[in-house]
Amino acid sequence: MIRFALGRLASLTASLIVASIVIFAVVEVIPGDPAAFMLGVNARPDTIAALRAEMGLDEPLVSRYAAWVGGMVQGNFGVSWTYKTPVATLIADRIWVSLPLAIYALTLSTLVAFPAGIYAASRRGGAGDTAIMGATQLGVAIPNFWFAMILVLIFAINLRWFSAGGFPGWADPWAALKALTLPAIALALPQAAILARVMRSSLLDMLGEDFIRTARAKGLTRRQALWRHALRNALIPVLTIIGLQFSFLLAGAIIIEQVFFLPGLGRLIFQAISARDLIVVESVVMLLVFTVIMVNFIVDLTYAAVDPRLRARA
Amino acid sequence: MSRNLIIGAGLTAFFTGLAALSFLWTPYNIEVLDIPNRLLTPGGAHVLGTDHFGRDILSMVMMGARTSIAVALVAVGIGMGLGVPLGLWAAARRGSLLDDLIMRGNDLVFAFPSLVIAILITAVFGPSAINAIIAIGIFNIPVFARLTRGAALPLWERDFILAARVSGKGAARISVEHILPNIANLMIVQGTIQFSLGILAEAALSYIGLGAQPPTASWGRMLADAQTLVSIAPHVALIPGFAILLTVLGLNLLGDGLRDWLDPRLRVVRT
Repeated sequence: MIRFALGRLASLTASLIVASIVIFAVVEVIPGDPAAFMLGVNARPDTIAALRAEMGLDEPLVSRYAAWVGGMVQGNFGVSWTYKTPVATLIADRIWVSLPLAIYALTLSTLVAFPAGIYAASRRGGAGDTAIMGATQLGVAIPNFWFAMILVLIFAINLRWFSAGGFPGWADPWAALKALTLPAIALALPQAAILARVMRSSLLDMLGEDFIRTARAKGLTRRQALWRHALRNALIPVLTIIGLQFSFLLAGAIIIEQVFFLPGLGRLIFQAISARDLIVVESVVMLLVFTVIMVNFIVDLTYAAVDPRLRARA
Repeated sequence: MSRNLIIGAGLTAFFTGLAALSFLWTPYNIEVLDIPNRLLTPGGAHVLGTDHFGRDILSMVMMGARTSIAVALVAVGIGMGLGVPLGLWAAARRGSLLDDLIMRGNDLVFAFPSLVIAILITAVFGPSAINAIIAIGIFNIPVFARLTRGAALPLWERDFILAARVSGKGAARISVEHILPNIANLMIVQGTIQFSLGILAEAALSYIGLGAQPPTASWGRMLADAQTLVSIAPHVALIPGFAILLTVLGLNLLGDGLRDWLDPRLRVVRT
């Protein structure tokens, strides 16, 4: 287990290094002079020179890269050019919208998908199965930002149960959760549809295995065999998908935040793009990629802890 | 042929037909604004109504179909054109450092959520349909590379490949002449699914303003424009959404139907 974890850790570190080089190259090398790029065509040369000095652009590339990575490791993401605020502070303010939103959506998606997938598998070929599979076909085909607009139309404009957008802050947790409910449902829908399909097919695979036949021969009913033996084994591919989905949810939150005017990382990154604030763009993108790589790393380790066969294979 | 295949092929043909027809004819010119006739409800002279500039929504949907399909198709082309050769190459040199490098590179692209790649690209190069294509296309590469490698590996152990090697063919020739034809069905099915994901991605990117720029019509942009009008003219927001939904649904059903039709044993990776 320790060897496995060390091997994974090495590949995690390598991924992070390569990802940071790619992001650094795209943002700071390809535009030529980032300072001139950020200030636009009408900037005066002395303004550009001042920004160049502030960003440390006169240093060689390697030391700029080292300074950027070194800063991030210590929690220093640089200072935003437009907000004149440390990027770390900007991120810290907004992550309390995006992260809870992604977790809320993941919870909803799991709560819907597990029962739906299990029910469909246990009634394979029946009316319930067909209905659930039909619903998941629709779920994966609906653009979630459009679904969000429909939710607003129904629940905010017509029924007035929720507000159409905005975020009141966490001072009143109930109001905050309420403001995140429609966005979380919109975000969760496609993920729930995918997860329910994976749950169903994984369970069906397990129900065809020899150990289920043994369990049935021992006298367990089909239902008992499903709950006691098949489900536990079927969870492995389901966990993989949940791990992958977390990254989709974080990225998807960027779009859903636009629909509901939520002050999260998504809005921060869009404002930064339109203001050409590359320092913010670079750091937020790195943070998102870091989170995705970390989540996948944790999922890998969790499996290995759960399933010794995976350790041996690696 | 299954019901899925027929419905899927029908929907796909319908929207591809609309896009093709838009090159020859649309009911109205969408570049002409007609403010007195704005926000008309469906029916009458404008079958699907008009938007806030008085533009005919049916014509916009037809032009938008062209953008969505073109972007998604080219993005799938990039993914297949680069991903399949990479996967074949990795499988031919299985176990080597090269194989490892290709697969690690794939993992790395997977670690970037596709939307984040798109944002990074547009932040530096500016928003445009071309940049949307690149962003979606890059994400398609590892999908095809992985699938190709996975499907090619067991083939390399088969007797007919051994026969080809004995007859003196090199790895590259075997990959093209013997491996590729055997995995082509799988690629077609996965291509259909990536195509539908590409339509969704294009819609999302143009919705947030990072895709096709005006005056090019796109379904995502129509939705973005309609967002503030949803309470006074819901049809303006509903119609482009249904266009996306039905196109994507059609492609997914087509993919499932093709898979069952071409080879019931095929299993397609779906993320």
